[in-house]
Amino acid sequence: MTTLAASFRRVSPRTRSRYIFVFIVLAPVMALFIYLRVWPTVQTLLMSFFDWQLISPAKEFRGLDNYVDLLGDRNFRLAFFNTTLFAFATTFFSVAIALVLAALLARAIRGRVGAAIELLYFAPVLLPMVPVTLGWRWIFDYQHGILNAALGVFGIGRQAWLTDTNMALVSVIILSVWKQIGYNLIIFLVGIRAIPRMYHEAAAVDGASGWQQFRRVTLPLLAPVTLFVIVITTITSYNVFTQVYVLASDVQGSPGQLVRVLVYDIFENGFRFFNMGYAAAEGVYLFVIVLVLTIIQFRFLRSPE
Amino acid sequence: MSTRRRLLGRLGRWLTTAVLLAGGIVMIFPLLWLVSTSFRPAAELNLVPPRLLPINPTLANYGKVFATAPMLLYLWNSLVFSVVSTVFILLTSTTAGYVFAKFRFVGNNLLFMLVLATAIVPFEIYMVPLFLQMKSLGLVNTPLGLVLPYLVLSYGIFFMRQNTITSVPDELLDAARIDGMSEGGIMLRLVPRLLAPALSALAIFAFLQAWTAFIWPLLILNDPKYFPMELGLSQFANSFAVDFGVTTAGAVIAILPTLIGFVLLRRRIVEGITLTGLKG
Repeated sequence: MTTLAASFRRVSPRTRSRYIFVFIVLAPVMALFIYLRVWPTVQTLLMSFFDWQLISPAKEFRGLDNYVDLLGDRNFRLAFFNTTLFAFATTFFSVAIALVLAALLARAIRGRVGAAIELLYFAPVLLPMVPVTLGWRWIFDYQHGILNAALGVFGIGRQAWLTDTNMALVSVIILSVWKQIGYNLIIFLVGIRAIPRMYHEAAAVDGASGWQQFRRVTLPLLAPVTLFVIVITTITSYNVFTQVYVLASDVQGSPGQLVRVLVYDIFENGFRFFNMGYAAAEGVYLFVIVLVLTIIQFRFLRSPE
Repeated sequence: MSTRRRLLGRLGRWLTTAVLLAGGIVMIFPLLWLVSTSFRPAAELNLVPPRLLPINPTLANYGKVFATAPMLLYLWNSLVFSVVSTVFILLTSTTAGYVFAKFRFVGNNLLFMLVLATAIVPFEIYMVPLFLQMKSLGLVNTPLGLVLPYLVLSYGIFFMRQNTITSVPDELLDAARIDGMSEGGIMLRLVPRLLAPALSALAIFAFLQAWTAFIWPLLILNDPKYFPMELGLSQFANSFAVDFGVTTAGAVIAILPTLIGFVLLRRRIVEGITLTGLKG
């Protein structure tokens, strides 16, 4: 019987030293990686089949009960509904606005002025979420916020941006669109600048107006980029947490209560009620959503135009 | 005819520029408003109609922030956390990416597919078991527990592998070997020099990821002395919920380092984002 060690001795010393090198480099990285990424992911799936309370030592196997219970859970359904609405609205507005801005920026302006304007739109992307959310909390303030003051100028009454559940969702969407536009804009600009000028020139020679060029040349050629931006924004939005946690406190000041989103619900089930199997099953549902979006992206991006 | 057309074109360009500029000002208005509010005395918070600039600017809000919350400690914690995370992600991504790209061995594809597969799983999905793992190691409420999950980045390994394939020619590696350079030397000294743009993009991404981390610090830490900036600020703001002068001053302190970094490195950051295609 040939042992592994024996077969290893038979290979050339050169190959052997290569293998040792690969092992030395990869082993620590993969160990960290498996412990910090692969194992927790597998654990999520395993735990989701158990009644896994943090404190009780006995973990009772529940099969698919967690998944079934979730479907009837008012909080989960509300979180799913809110998150989906949030994701679609945020994606729609941030992508549409960024696309129009990118088309205008790419057409109208070159050089320093263009770069400066780009930066104005891009700045919110990099600013940390908590401080800017605090800024928006002040803007949305019912009594003295500048948004209600500005609406008053147009004769529109005060809105309860942060205390009404529906308006709070709208507020989180506004903030998130504002934060996302710059990122989408940068990606669109790269896409538009990669379109050879001759396409637009040919269209211009044929008498196409600016709008027609956008509609017939830019938009079709930009389709893969647009898909990428839509999918990335939707995935990011499904994982929304920080801005909701900081912005949508309820009357007692409990963070994130007013607009229940999926990650918040996972957080609450896992770390407030210590119902970790249940929270894991919820995580698996969230993963299915992300997975479907990712598959859509891969399928369409790979298909030849 | 043609002059008229050119004139119209120029007019259209001016108009577009004006519209885009106005939109840009709307975009940074929340930031300007934040700064302006932080210098207002309490009496000026409820002026009707609101005024753009404070009438009697004051530093009192900043004084209150520093008197109640260790903002500089939070920023320092964030800096240490982000630097450690970035260094490790660069190291693990470059070495693993290089080995995956340039060495043929049994299991190469399998291990790489494993890395790739986990890249699509968002952190929020497995944070519950990850927390339990940290708990069993006794790392809850420790800086090590905070930083441990931020030492590797699946996408980083993928990204560096791609860049090694496109920017590191085999001939160069062979030449270095013939010159007697060790495998370790090639990987740690030669290869990174060829991957400078990719490394800087990855560094920016990794740094921002840790710098803006929120949910993991919230789960793993409960002692304010370890809090990074985002978490520290949110807890601080909760206790001052209604005093907008003070909360905005806290927010300005938290934003300032990022803003300075952004102004200094803006071109590199934008390039980095387009290169990695990832969100900061």
